[in-house]
Amino acid sequence: MKLQTAAWGFAAPALIVIALFFALPVLMGLALSFTDFDLYALADLGNVRFVGLDNYLHILQLPLFWKALGNTLYFVVLGVPLSIAASLLCALLLHSKLARFKGFYRTALFAPVVTTVVAVAVIWRYLFHVRYGLVNHALDQVGVAPIDWLGDPHWAMPTIVLFAVWKNFGYNMIIFIAALQSIPEDLYEAARLDGAKALQQLRYITLPMIGPTLLMVSILTMAGYFQLFAEPYVMTQGGPLQSTLSVLYLMYDEGFRWWNLGRASAVAFVLFVLMVGATKGLMWLVRKQVAV
Amino acid sequence: MKSPVQTLLLNAALMFIAVSTLAPLLWMVSVSLMPSGESSTFPPPLLPSTATFANYHALFAREGMGLYFANSVLLACATTVFSLILNVSAAYAFAKLRFAGQQRIFGAMLAALVIPAQVAMLPLFLMLKSMGLVNSYAGVLVPGLAGIFGIFLVRQYARTLPSELIEAARMDGAGELRIFVSIIVPLLKPVLVTLAIFSFLGSWNDFMWPLIVLTDSSHYTLPVALSALSREHVQDNELMMAGAVVTVLPVLALFLALQRHYLQGLLMGSVK
Repeated sequence: MKLQTAAWGFAAPALIVIALFFALPVLMGLALSFTDFDLYALADLGNVRFVGLDNYLHILQLPLFWKALGNTLYFVVLGVPLSIAASLLCALLLHSKLARFKGFYRTALFAPVVTTVVAVAVIWRYLFHVRYGLVNHALDQVGVAPIDWLGDPHWAMPTIVLFAVWKNFGYNMIIFIAALQSIPEDLYEAARLDGAKALQQLRYITLPMIGPTLLMVSILTMAGYFQLFAEPYVMTQGGPLQSTLSVLYLMYDEGFRWWNLGRASAVAFVLFVLMVGATKGLMWLVRKQVAV
Repeated sequence: MKSPVQTLLLNAALMFIAVSTLAPLLWMVSVSLMPSGESSTFPPPLLPSTATFANYHALFAREGMGLYFANSVLLACATTVFSLILNVSAAYAFAKLRFAGQQRIFGAMLAALVIPAQVAMLPLFLMLKSMGLVNSYAGVLVPGLAGIFGIFLVRQYARTLPSELIEAARMDGAGELRIFVSIIVPLLKPVLVTLAIFSFLGSWNDFMWPLIVLTDSSHYTLPVALSALSREHVQDNELMMAGAVVTVLPVLALFLALQRHYLQGLLMGSVK
């Protein structure tokens, strides 16, 4: 049929590109993770051997992997709630009828989202410099001793979390503002007539009404934060003492620094499984909450 | 009803948040204009003693920033063009035409959205290596040519177009390509602008893939070059800030010029 052919003609170019440069590599990646593909295989494909689950077993016994996993989870567990709280707070402030210059503030707060991670990470590295940074200078004014933000293993990850919150909160803020605008005004009217205070309105109207948005935003933010890479790559190079080494950074090092592509693929798939697991876990938690 | 004190507090809070959000960007500009070495004093100066463009000059004359800038512009423009052509035609097919396997393919793409791009990076590198595309513009371009998200975004919008228009054009004997080009594409204009901004920004800001696929500096994009420079010139803050300005300013300007389309698109993309 002519129409059918035309339809395929429109869809095919994009589908071929996606199949060739996304679907196929994903399948190849899975296959790769069961081989010992390394520098020697890169020189001569004849050197590749099937090793079954060896890569996965090796990773699970690697202290560095657990370190990277712990760091990534730390980043996600601290960063996601903080980011969402910041987004929601700003959305509530901007949604308020009392706010002036809403357009200006919306643009200003969104600006970091469109910036280039590498460039703003360079700025932050300097802002948080132990000797010349503006942050330590400001703290000095209120009598706080200088903190080696990016050089101290205890502070490096929190600093990166702070950076990620600053860089990303504007995105979810825009989504929250739209969700807040869709709540019918008469719900608040009725609540006010019943004598509900502002905090009660937030607890019993606003939060339940934006519940689905909150869940979607949490899932998307979490998926994004699991993919931490550029921030530590630029700001700390995974240090100090590997305190900011993320799972993806480990994959990059294994794959493109040491050319252990088989093992690196296994790291990538472990991360993927973790992300799916975390998403499912979050949805299960929410369903349980709703049921109760 | 509401007291002026509340209004004042709320707006003061907003002002405080906005100033803290913009402060790093403003400081970046200020430091980029300082004479070399001035920013490495304590307390750090807020404004340059004398504003100078020497750092920008050094970047372009000595560090080859012009080439990286041109690379970034070229790749971002090419990504945008390809992404528009491929995604929009596919989105139209999914929204308004019927073909065998359509539902199943669409379902598979939806499911594939959860797969992070990094899972494909290692094999993709090997594929491109065997094709001789490592360290080339094409190598950087390939993963961004078409994307599931882009198809969804445009499909959402295209579904709202009246099918009667297409039927009527068919009755009049217009070919399918003609219908697409002269009826559908003009109607899709708002979402095309949105997709164009997303594609351009996505390519401009991308870091991990260009870092992997580009092995020598002649093809570097701005983020990759800046990251390499910042490891080389750890102490040279003024130079680094100038590099950050050159990298960030174009996308900020693009956002400011087209922010209505960008924010609308962001909402369209998030309502699935």
